[in-house]
Amino acid sequence: MRYHQVIVVGGGLAGLRAALELNKRNVKVAVVSKVHPLRSHSVEAQGGINAPLGNHPRGSHDSPELHAFDTVKGSDYLADQKSALRLTEDASERVREMEHWGVPFSRTTDGKIAQRPFGGAGFPRTCFASDKTGHVLLHTLYEQCVKYEQASERGEMVVYDEQIVTGLIVDDGVCHGVIVWDFQTGEIDVIKSEAVIFATGGAGRIFGKTTNALISTGLGMAIPYWAGIPIKDLEFVQFHPTTLFGTNILMTEGARGEGGFLLNNEGDRFLANYDDSSKAMEVAPRDIVARNMTREIMEGRGFEDEYLHLDLRHLGRDKILERLPGIRDLAMKFVHVDPIEAPVPVQPGMHYTMGGIDTNELGASRVPGFYAAGECGSVSVHGANRLGGNSMLETIVYGAIAGDSAAQYVLDGASGKTPDDTIFEDARKRELSRLDGMFTGAGEENPADIKDELEETMNRKCWVFREEKTLQEGIEKVEELLERYQNITLNSTGLRVNFDLLWALELGGNLAMAEVMIKGAARRKESRGSQFRTDFPTRDDDNWLHHTLAYYTNDGPRFDSSEVDLSIWEPKERKY
Amino acid sequence: MSEVSFKIFRFDPEKDKKPYTAEFTVPTKSGMTVLDGLYYIQEHIDGSLAFRSSCRAGVCGSCAMHINGTYRLACETQISALNTKTVKIRPMAHLPVTKDLFVDMDPFWEKYKHIKPYLIPGDEPGEIERLQTPDERAHLDTIIDCILCGACFASCTVNNYDDEYLGPAALLKAQRFFSDSRDAAREERMELVDGEHGVWRCHTIFNCQEVCPKDIDVTGSIAVLKRHLTADRFSPSLKKH
Ligand SMILES: Cc1cc2nc3c(=O)[nH]c(=O)nc-3n(C[C@H](O)[C@H](O)[C@H](O)COP(=O)(O)OP(=O)(O)OC[C@H]3O[C@@H](n4cnc5c(N)ncnc54)[C@H](O)[C@@H]3O)c2cc1C
Ligand code: SF4
Ligand code: FES
Repeated sequence: MRYHQVIVVGGGLAGLRAALELNKRNVKVAVVSKVHPLRSHSVEAQGGINAPLGNHPRGSHDSPELHAFDTVKGSDYLADQKSALRLTEDASERVREMEHWGVPFSRTTDGKIAQRPFGGAGFPRTCFASDKTGHVLLHTLYEQCVKYEQASERGEMVVYDEQIVTGLIVDDGVCHGVIVWDFQTGEIDVIKSEAVIFATGGAGRIFGKTTNALISTGLGMAIPYWAGIPIKDLEFVQFHPTTLFGTNILMTEGARGEGGFLLNNEGDRFLANYDDSSKAMEVAPRDIVARNMTREIMEGRGFEDEYLHLDLRHLGRDKILERLPGIRDLAMKFVHVDPIEAPVPVQPGMHYTMGGIDTNELGASRVPGFYAAGECGSVSVHGANRLGGNSMLETIVYGAIAGDSAAQYVLDGASGKTPDDTIFEDARKRELSRLDGMFTGAGEENPADIKDELEETMNRKCWVFREEKTLQEGIEKVEELLERYQNITLNSTGLRVNFDLLWALELGGNLAMAEVMIKGAARRKESRGSQFRTDFPTRDDDNWLHHTLAYYTNDGPRFDSSEVDLSIWEPKERKY
Repeated sequence: MSEVSFKIFRFDPEKDKKPYTAEFTVPTKSGMTVLDGLYYIQEHIDGSLAFRSSCRAGVCGSCAMHINGTYRLACETQISALNTKTVKIRPMAHLPVTKDLFVDMDPFWEKYKHIKPYLIPGDEPGEIERLQTPDERAHLDTIIDCILCGACFASCTVNNYDDEYLGPAALLKAQRFFSDSRDAAREERMELVDGEHGVWRCHTIFNCQEVCPKDIDVTGSIAVLKRHLTADRFSPSLKKH
């Protein structure tokens, strides 16, 4: 049985940053990732990362307080305010540290990190490396991990890639390790540890129309959920205004930040016609732009009733090549449109899960020894709607914080309990027989059909505009799919490099999180941030200014709520 | 609806004596990629088919494979663009096959790690960022786009006969740090790429440059390293004259 003091599950930005923090504090850490860290979804992030550096002349007065206020207002007051302030207080140091480690940021003429405008802030605050910011941040963090893997002066750091965590070991209310499936050898193993940090990313693949990587499923949230840890605010899903028609590959908000226009089929910059976007226009917050685009399409002013145009032509060739080369490449490859010459067909798509594993402001869950950071977690700094550029910031700020908290917990003697070895062996055996059961199941269902139906259901019933009737239809369907999932048959057996099994496990996680999401959406009878209920079109602070918590039970989620930290700013109407 | 035939290299070292080619008929629709086709097979015909993928957007580097005559990313290759009724797929060369199109990338990563792929600055960082002018930063353009997909590595004929050759991607990474105004380990890294299995093995065949899905001039980067190493060696004698 392998042992490491702390196991970090996930090799994206949050996981690698947490691992580096643990390593710095001389704690023995292992990163377990289902794909090689560089294949993590973080590598896709394009537009940039926020920090109040004040490097742009129009933003020289920026401060952590201003940034935190924008974050809280953007969240429609559902963010925990002290957590949001911590995010922005640490932001400049974390971003500069990334620069010190080698991130090739784009630069201002005087050599500082360049900043561009993003939605929800009145001036440029988003640091970037052309439109490949996630790529360079992730590569740099991985490079630092390689450095400390090789270095002898610090504690041990190991990266296990292509190993999949399928379960948690929780005994007597304390977390003691994980169950791991080694994809290449087919072994099922237990890794014992004092603490576990989940940094498993978002759950976009619950939906069909999403910008997320194929591997961004609900499994990473479902594993702690099944182990008794609540999921917070999962009904809040960010729909990104500009995703490529057809594949829903992202066209970064940076494209609008740099001056791109959104046009309807009459060639009109329609955002001017809506009160909530007429001032900020294309750089109004994402939820607002996505809704107004959806209205345009519903009212017949889209193209083929499906999409609108993102027009970059007036930016000119040079600016497009310098600032948005990745966008251009994607548009040319996937829709055969060169943005220098023609507008790009775009539609809103699922982009980000604001909610996730419930943690406190130190990244700790209610179960001692279990932590979460990054998109899978909910601290909560994004509340009901996150600002573009704040999620990568969250990964490195709260990745470091979760790493630091877990290190402190371990150095303080952890839970003080040493469970009997039999619990690990039992857990391993139980997992083996569960997986075996998936091969021998007598059912007739093909998991791929269930997956397609789930994606379609969430696209239709839990989308930008929501209402009781369609949500209830969606709930019925999700419940039916959960039943049918019990009867799946895999046509490939064995544990070595078995994608049939992997995708079936991912689907199980997706179904569990879809149920939490859609039931949470139906339960919350108000419109706030990204959730817009046509039957309850206004925010209702009297009844709903609290977090949703969902606990696993055999009969579906049991809902509860928890308080929002409002200690700094009083909730106001959110206007731009 | 039209159809294409996928002819795929298959091999499970634990079960099969030797590799074979399997044929699958895949219905196509407009915009469909080779990766979509592989998923169609995996989900509806043969669940045991093994191949990697993640981003489906040509940016994570998971899905490089040999498709109809050259190395490409399956996710950004549209079937219609291949202009054919038969899609022939093989795994990347020079890497052991774990199963089907899923190869063991460890040898590739070991070479990447060999060149010390991280910034080695000469000074302690200050309170703010290190300054770098836009011109200095421009030296990193395109080199930093490398997604470490391995297509160049697989296409390189030198890897055929020299297992230890560092290969294009690792050398490109060395040049990335070499070209960074903030890096101070120029000599240290030059030593790592000098020598028999380093830059001198490159025969400037341009395969890597041709296949790179990010249009990086990998061959050119190796040449830059060679040029500097050559200049460093010559300079003492040149100085005499
Ligand atoms: C296209 C796109 C563009 C974006 N652009 C921006 C942007 O410009 N600015 C911004 O701030 N944000 C952006 N975001 C959001 C941001 O990229 C993500 O929120 C962030 O990268 C998530 O990082 P993470 O470390 O939490 O998770 P991820 O990067 O998703 O990493 C998850 C990791 O967990 C591992 N994992 C998951 N489950 C398991 C398991 N069961 N066992 C083992 N390992 C597991 C995976 O292998 C992976 O390594 C963008 C998102 C998308 C979709
Ligand atoms: S240089 Fe090009 S082909 Fe080689 S690994 Fe990098 S992206 Fe792939
Ligand atoms: S799946 Fe990421 S590059 Fe193809």
